[in-house]
Amino acid sequence: MNESKPIPESITRSILRGNPWIRRLLITLVVIYVGGLILAPIAALTIGAFKEGLGSFFSSLGQPDVLYAFWLTLMISLIVVAVHAIFGTMVAWVLVRDRLPGKNLINGLIDMPFAVSPVVVGYMLILLFGRNGVLAPVLAPFGIRVAFALPGMILATLFVTLPFMIRELIPVLRNFSINQELAAATMGAGGWQIFRRVTFPALRWGFFYGITLTFARALGEFGAVLVIGGGVQGRTETATLYIYRALDERNYVGAYSAALILGLLSLTLVLGSDYIRRREQAEQKK
Amino acid sequence: MGAVSFNESLEKGKPNREATHQIPWGRLGVRTAALSYLTLLLIIPLVVIFRDGFREGIDELVHQVTQPIAWSSLLLTLWTAGVMTVINTIMGTMTAYVIVRYDFPGKTLLNSLIDLPLAIPTLVTGVMLVVLFGPQQALGAWLKEEFDLSIIFAPPGIILALLFITFPFVVRAVQPVLLNLDRNQEDAAATLGGGSWVIFKRITLPPLILPLTNGALLSFARAIGEFGAIVIVAGNIPMYSQTAAVYVLGEVESENRLGASAMSVLMIAIAFSLMMLVDWLQHRNHAETR
Repeated sequence: MNESKPIPESITRSILRGNPWIRRLLITLVVIYVGGLILAPIAALTIGAFKEGLGSFFSSLGQPDVLYAFWLTLMISLIVVAVHAIFGTMVAWVLVRDRLPGKNLINGLIDMPFAVSPVVVGYMLILLFGRNGVLAPVLAPFGIRVAFALPGMILATLFVTLPFMIRELIPVLRNFSINQELAAATMGAGGWQIFRRVTFPALRWGFFYGITLTFARALGEFGAVLVIGGGVQGRTETATLYIYRALDERNYVGAYSAALILGLLSLTLVLGSDYIRRREQAEQKK
Repeated sequence: MGAVSFNESLEKGKPNREATHQIPWGRLGVRTAALSYLTLLLIIPLVVIFRDGFREGIDELVHQVTQPIAWSSLLLTLWTAGVMTVINTIMGTMTAYVIVRYDFPGKTLLNSLIDLPLAIPTLVTGVMLVVLFGPQQALGAWLKEEFDLSIIFAPPGIILALLFITFPFVVRAVQPVLLNLDRNQEDAAATLGGGSWVIFKRITLPPLILPLTNGALLSFARAIGEFGAIVIVAGNIPMYSQTAAVYVLGEVESENRLGASAMSVLMIAIAFSLMMLVDWLQHRNHAETR
């Protein structure tokens, strides 16, 4: 583009821009790679879900076991989001504001769930709550069932999604000046009042983004809930576990339709909140 | 870093002690709640699995992991992750370079596609790849017919699934560094007659080595534990396409507790030490540039 401009720099420019063929080659390679790796599979799933028409797409999603699976997934995700919203905020606050020995160690530990395979997460909970589990003697007299039941699946999803909320909040808390909190305190505001009126409004966007990331990750959790929940149809079968079973039973339209819906839900959450955050940042810059 | 200097300045002036003297209970309460939450959710399960893995001593752990089926699943996991990391590093750097340096139609779309894998459940990724490359699908059947190449239910499917899932890691690590790079040096090299490849190798690449390494290590660590996409794509045939995570699932189901715990401990140890290495590299770099 610049080559055609009659400014004296044009000659040096064309040297600096490098070989146009390399440029074209690199762009083509990258477009083919991203298109083949990411777009093609998404397109294939969309086509696969509608292969037998809109009717079978919707009727496969309307089955009672499918509806139950999605309902269970939503419920687990909502509980997980609520727990992390409360305790995750506390952990972030302690890590940034509190003077605590061993803070670096805790900081490293928080990323641990990224390093643990979901299957292993489920298995750790079996070791704790299973038939011969460490905590079995404690829980058995009370008749509390954790493994192969809802509490275990919630715990598994909590473990897997632990870092998201905390990692979103820590940088926001760091950037937010403590002086505002101190000012409120010198004017006599109590701890809770300071948090509600001063700290929380400043954290709002980190909080919101942390919630959507946690939610999206919880919706898609599979390995951990498979191991700890067992995937009993109509009881501990979440949306991902339903997809797994449908594939196994060669109910392809059912599997593809549910996978498409689950993928769309999660995509909408993440991309939607990303869009809102960018708009907000653009407005703040004005 | 910001927090540390804040705390230091606060300690010197000690204004917050006085200002918040009336709420130590609230502070203590939050601290206790946060720590018990982390202990219950993170520390106890991790302690339990490590204790279980080492229950019969380290020799037994090694013995369990080196059983033929276990060992081959571990090797498969490591080599597929390795191949993925090499491809991802090259293509990720190229993608970041193209997005930062060139203008072309569809660039914004390309840029927003990169984060998609983070927002798609990995099980759904597996289903997508089966729909595209499965043996009953048009493309999969054609590849099998023409090139005798099986992707699904074979190691190439594992590599493909890992490439999809970890694609953002290298791109997003390299991109900001490339964006902040001073281009004068490249321009100077170009006016002195340096060829494109020489300029890239000698001037552009060196500052990218650190973010590139970090992205590569993170992709590798992420790949060690991947399950959802692989279990759908790989076919899970022992000694051929069964990865370590799928092996653990099998051992849990057949109640081979020693085998499951040993492999779990090893997987956590590999992935976590890689993440710590990334952390250390970043800290060292911060210290050097200061």
